Amino acid sequence: MKSLAELQKIKERALQRKRLGGQNARARIIVGMGTCGIAAGARDTMTAILKELEQRHIEDVIVTQTGCIGLCEYEPIVQVQVGSEELVTYGKIDTARVPELITKHIQGGEPVAEWIVK
Amino acid sequence: MTYRAQVLVGSAGEKAPAVEQALLGKIKELHLDQEIQVLEASTLGHPEQPVEIAVYPDGVHYVNVTPADAEVIVTEHLYKGRPVEPLRYREPQVEPLPAPSTKEVRVVLRNVGKIDPENIDDYIAEDGYQALAKVLTEMKPEEVIAEMKASGLRGRGGAGFPTWLKWQFARNSPGDEKYVVCNGDEGDPGAFMNRRVLEGDPHAVIEGMIIAAYVIGAHQGYFYVRAEYPIAIRTLRVAIKQAREYGLLGKDIFGSGFDFDLEVRMGAGAFVCGEETALMRSIEGERGMPTTRPPFPAVSGLWGKPTNINNVETYANVPQIIMRGGQWFASMGTEKSKGTKTFAIAGKVKRTGLIEVPLGITVREVVYDVGGGILDDKKFKAVQTGGPMGGCIPEQFLDLPVDYETLASVGSIMGSGGFVVMDEDTCMVDIARFFMEFVQDESCGKCTPCRVGTRRMLEILTDITEGRGQPGDIERLEKLGEYIKKGSLCGLGQGAPNPVLSTIKFFREEYEAHINDKKCPAKVCRALIEYTIEAEECIGCTRCARNCPVDAITGKAREPHVIDPTVCIRCGICQQVCPVGAVHVE
Repeated sequence: MKSLAELQKIKERALQRKRLGGQNARARIIVGMGTCGIAAGARDTMTAILKELEQRHIEDVIVTQTGCIGLCEYEPIVQVQVGSEELVTYGKIDTARVPELITKHIQGGEPVAEWIVK
Repeated sequence: MTYRAQVLVGSAGEKAPAVEQALLGKIKELHLDQEIQVLEASTLGHPEQPVEIAVYPDGVHYVNVTPADAEVIVTEHLYKGRPVEPLRYREPQVEPLPAPSTKEVRVVLRNVGKIDPENIDDYIAEDGYQALAKVLTEMKPEEVIAEMKASGLRGRGGAGFPTWLKWQFARNSPGDEKYVVCNGDEGDPGAFMNRRVLEGDPHAVIEGMIIAAYVIGAHQGYFYVRAEYPIAIRTLRVAIKQAREYGLLGKDIFGSGFDFDLEVRMGAGAFVCGEETALMRSIEGERGMPTTRPPFPAVSGLWGKPTNINNVETYANVPQIIMRGGQWFASMGTEKSKGTKTFAIAGKVKRTGLIEVPLGITVREVVYDVGGGILDDKKFKAVQTGGPMGGCIPEQFLDLPVDYETLASVGSIMGSGGFVVMDEDTCMVDIARFFMEFVQDESCGKCTPCRVGTRRMLEILTDITEGRGQPGDIERLEKLGEYIKKGSLCGLGQGAPNPVLSTIKFFREEYEAHINDKKCPAKVCRALIEYTIEAEECIGCTRCARNCPVDAITGKAREPHVIDPTVCIRCGICQQVCPVGAVHVE
């Protein structure tokens, strides 16, 4: 990094990538992977999400990780954003809940109200 | 053909064919094959609990089904119409959560939980490294110090020393080589604010460190992170590697001619290594023990060179202060305590977790608004701030503002941000004993008052909680506490008596009840309580006797039961299982 202009270029590129349209994505799934999340089983949840998406041939959903949002008691926490709708935060998403979450929210477009934590 | 019911068999798992065979066999045997259809399905949602079957239209799911279970399901559920409860799968319920408070303000945590910490581009997209670019290309070190001074930022590790002044001392110290160190040895029980920052937004801390290094003239920095934080360490290493690849660490950063690089060092689990002089000895490879100050690290720190050492949270604030200005930061907080602070709220509140609030918020707002109030709507008793060297703040101070000076004025400390809420069921003597056990264990042993004194205090506290307390014990604790405070070198010894002294100050009557009446008012200390069964209320269901782990309860069915206090170990199980609340504790 030798100049501010170089930094700006990376920023533009990163913002472009973050916009869902920029990568032809229709939804984003974010898994909390801090120590609290991993201790509660976030790695298994993440694996289950990736496997489930692959099995159903869903390719336009981005799956990323993030840190702790502060509600450690409710981990594994998974956030789902479909299109330009508001980000929905789910608590205690173990592997058993993954298929239903994907069926209802990603494929059906309807959030699973009883699992939402905020 | 129409069927009365359908049974779906999930094919995940090797035993699925055997289960299906058992189902079909039993169905045929009971002549149900004209009424019930068996279908194979790929997975029914619980592939980790094979074999799963679902019965429709009832919508009942069974998991971990064996062929024998399958036969039971056919005879009981399909033939007699009674779902087999023990095999039935039930969704775990999420407790409803109180609505999040609007009193949280996120500065340090602005990116945490939003960005991918292992992707530097995510941080750059949120204006990351803009502050560093500004500092290296437009600002002189003195201008950075002036901005920090205007912000009023004070050390977030707990002591609250003005950050700008620390930087200025290190900058003005003569030396051919200087270092910056980040203290990530977060050791207070129940506190993990720094871990959250390191794991969630490592680049903010790195950026803050590079700025500090530029200001004091250092070219090498060290992260000291406890080995108990493996994920934080991995995240940091990934972040440092990515920053190096982008040339944000290394030679000639932003073409300014400034060189800087970082290394991660792991702490080996000693609490005292969070103390700055002990921490630096540990980095040098020496035994982690505090040394006398002065000389302060700014004059003689790591390997005897001028060193600036700040906490994770302090560094994470720096890029924001540069970008948004010291004035903006100073607009939050109180006259002497500016900005925001992260806390780990634990204990008896509805909404435990990690929060960031402006300084000057009242204890009440933290407990009731941000924390959602006391669990089960019980009565608030006290809050313990600042970890094992902090004190307990009782109910009469609920409206005190949370800032460095106010907390100190009531015998507690800000510390790194522990915030343990206690309700009426908490025994303050027991709490004091718990913290004393912790510091006694963690004392490095260098100073006799801390090494021996904490052990004596623990012995007295143990005696009190076990019914051997004697008149004069309270005074002995107070005297010992003062000696330890005066005669110890570092913050651990100087703060060790705080939990005891503050609970004596505000809850003296609880100590007296333990010593004089041999009673524990909160009914926590096992040696001082007794479980009894009220004969009038007991229905003789035998449940308590069957669950008692030591067979201390006798009585015939449908007749009142009795607990033998000489056998009883006061585990409280009888009270939990009694259906009519006939077990009382005194």
